[in-house]
Amino acid sequence: MTESLVKTHSVAKEFSGVRVLDDISIEVSEGEIFGIIGENGAGKSTLIKILNGIYQPTEGEIYFDGEEIERMDPFRAKEIGISTIPQEFNLVEHLNVYENIFLGQEHEQKRLLLNRKKMKKLTSELMDELQAEISPVAPIGDLSVAQKQMVEIAKALAYESRLLIMDEPTTVLTANEIRILFDLMRDLSDRGVTIIYISHKLREVKEICDRVMVLRDGDFVGLYHTEEVSEHEMANMMVGRELNQMFPEVSFPQPETAMEVHGMSEGELVEDVTFSLKKGEILGFFGLVGAGRTELAETIIGVRDRTAGTIKVQDERVEIDSPRDAVKSGIAYLPEDRQNTGILTNFDLPSNVTLISLGKYIKNLLIDRKKELEQTKEYIDEFHIRTPSIRARLETLSGGNQQKVSLVKSLDTEPEIFIFDEPTRGIDVSAKMDIFNFINELVRSGISVIFISSELEEIIGMCNRVAVMREGRITGILEGDEINEEQIMYHATGLEERAVQ
Amino acid sequence: MAGIKERVSQVDMETYGPLLALIVLVVVSSFASPYFLKWRNITNVLRQISYTGTIALGMTFVIISGGIDLSVGSMTAFVGGVVVIMVNYFGGGLLAILVAILVGLLMGAAAGAFNGLIITKGKVAPFIVTLGTWGMFRSLTLYISGAGEFRSTSNLFPQLGMGYFLRIPIPVWILLGLTVFYSILLNRTKFGRYVCAVGSNERVAEYSAINSQRIKFYTYILTGLNVGITAVLLSSRLNSINPTTAGSGFELDAIAAVIIGGTMLSGGSGSIFGTLIGAVILGIVSNMLNLLGVSPYLQGTVRGLVIIGAVLIQRQRG
Repeated sequence: MTESLVKTHSVAKEFSGVRVLDDISIEVSEGEIFGIIGENGAGKSTLIKILNGIYQPTEGEIYFDGEEIERMDPFRAKEIGISTIPQEFNLVEHLNVYENIFLGQEHEQKRLLLNRKKMKKLTSELMDELQAEISPVAPIGDLSVAQKQMVEIAKALAYESRLLIMDEPTTVLTANEIRILFDLMRDLSDRGVTIIYISHKLREVKEICDRVMVLRDGDFVGLYHTEEVSEHEMANMMVGRELNQMFPEVSFPQPETAMEVHGMSEGELVEDVTFSLKKGEILGFFGLVGAGRTELAETIIGVRDRTAGTIKVQDERVEIDSPRDAVKSGIAYLPEDRQNTGILTNFDLPSNVTLISLGKYIKNLLIDRKKELEQTKEYIDEFHIRTPSIRARLETLSGGNQQKVSLVKSLDTEPEIFIFDEPTRGIDVSAKMDIFNFINELVRSGISVIFISSELEEIIGMCNRVAVMREGRITGILEGDEINEEQIMYHATGLEERAVQ
Repeated sequence: MAGIKERVSQVDMETYGPLLALIVLVVVSSFASPYFLKWRNITNVLRQISYTGTIALGMTFVIISGGIDLSVGSMTAFVGGVVVIMVNYFGGGLLAILVAILVGLLMGAAAGAFNGLIITKGKVAPFIVTLGTWGMFRSLTLYISGAGEFRSTSNLFPQLGMGYFLRIPIPVWILLGLTVFYSILLNRTKFGRYVCAVGSNERVAEYSAINSQRIKFYTYILTGLNVGITAVLLSSRLNSINPTTAGSGFELDAIAAVIIGGTMLSGGSGSIFGTLIGAVILGIVSNMLNLLGVSPYLQGTVRGLVIIGAVLIQRQRG
């Protein structure tokens, strides 16, 4: 290892007063492959967005090649040789492969016309290097997810990068593709290119990285040479935190089965998922980003078209092809993405509350506004919804209160089964506790709950059983003593084979 | 709390802004021309706006749901032509007229359903679909007419469009009645609530168990039905339909009335009474230009400016 290429000194980042990254100092040498691991929300993505100039740090300095970079922005980053393979694809669907690779840095001839021939040739060379059989002129829309990932990688390689940041590049790749990528990474590293590698897959981190940094809740936890630390230890450090008294006492389910899902599939996103849910049970669903939990929920409620599978509610087979069918079958869903799927921000409180269950409020063909208002008032009191007025538009409410409205809206359909998808994302602690207590009351009254969360703490604190998903499949359903951080992470990261030993 | 206060005053502006503009316009106009406040002039203005005003009521639903319908002008000529043919075919008596009205309304609804079907099933942008049918309906009208005028031979038929009730023209009564009806439909029924929900955020609506495609489909039928009503009134008033000029430019006036009335072009919320006021404002502007002797050729320019102005004001509010 030679001298350091990238250095951060006490970097911190706040979003509207919330510190998501605190006091991070790293030093990455030229040609090093540097791993960063941590749970969802640990601050990994925030850190790399600071490095590639998408975010400005609230505190701290960044040095590149020994020089302090006063103000990093994406253009500056590109200029000095930092490129990023983002977690989410950044490709233009209706352009083809080479047009995407050279987007914004097109080769021209006589400064007027595009030099298509040269760009196609360079693209072919890049694809050969990646051993990917992708035509330079194939439209992006026709490519598989793995092929798109390869194009993203090629795009980053097309720049003369000195620092390559990879954010979960292998999530969608097969073992063989991963091997090719790793060979390429080693080759790049030998040529002096520095790589920052972010992954949930601890085995990969151990295999490819020289050193690994662990982040948790925005804090630095530790920095290790990968040969000195086991995957097991890494997993422990990622999650290592105590449970506190946020959660109500776990109640016990009744013996009757409320719902059975058998062989549920949706293309490659959800594959052959089978589970059952007891009356009054909280069944947790844990998984890392891209594990397919939201997709599973959306397939169950009919937002997505299932490719296979059956659902039984109270021992009767139900056909759910749309959210309307789900409501009829007594299944309610609290969506993960509140702004885009949960609430109507320009509607007032009562209109949001009754949006799904409006049928109940119709008298002589007209909406019974009085009943609507009365019901809304009850919910406001019951759920401590803080609102400027009963008729306030939802955009004037805080995130936590919006979430409560979203929840009440689904509750008003009087469901037997309630699916919560990341119910506490982005809301404050007191609103979180309100929601936990509410879920607990639900199951005590005999309603069954599917609880999707990326917060291990919540999953462990709330659930009777925990289903862990990875790559669209359930890798394990844990009960009793098995519900602990290590077991869950083993199943989520794909280490369960070893955990058994 | 300042933010909430602002919000309240903004809502008030949305509701009362167009009304305020109308009052100012009436006051200014009555000073600018002595003829303006004459009963005959007022009823004329109101009759003039009743045609595009009726269409605009339907258009309000389409725009709130996030769509647009450019085909209404040509559709008016097409349905109007068919209505005249029906009146003649069945002999021009009372029964013939009733049949013609029924056919006209059904044809309008069917034409709207055609737009709605392609938009919702074919997933083609409403702008494109209705631009296409805008061309189609005009061309079909010309084809059926053989490039001549549709002329009714009935003496009774014109009574409907020419007639008065309590000194107010019948088409104006119809416009007012429909305004009340559609206002209730928009504000007090499940359908109206769903139209707003779909226009506000289609994904949220879909997740909330609303069949958003069907709701959109219905808004186009509704607009088609209103086009049918307008076509009946217009053909009755003139006792004929000119296949080239009938209904031409109606889409502009109807959309303009909706926007001037305060309905957001981006959808999600709107007001039926606002649309009525918007239509009246447009009618008065046109009337004043006539009374003040401005070249009729410049009217389109003024109307265009009023629409763009209204959208600019919306933009500032948003």
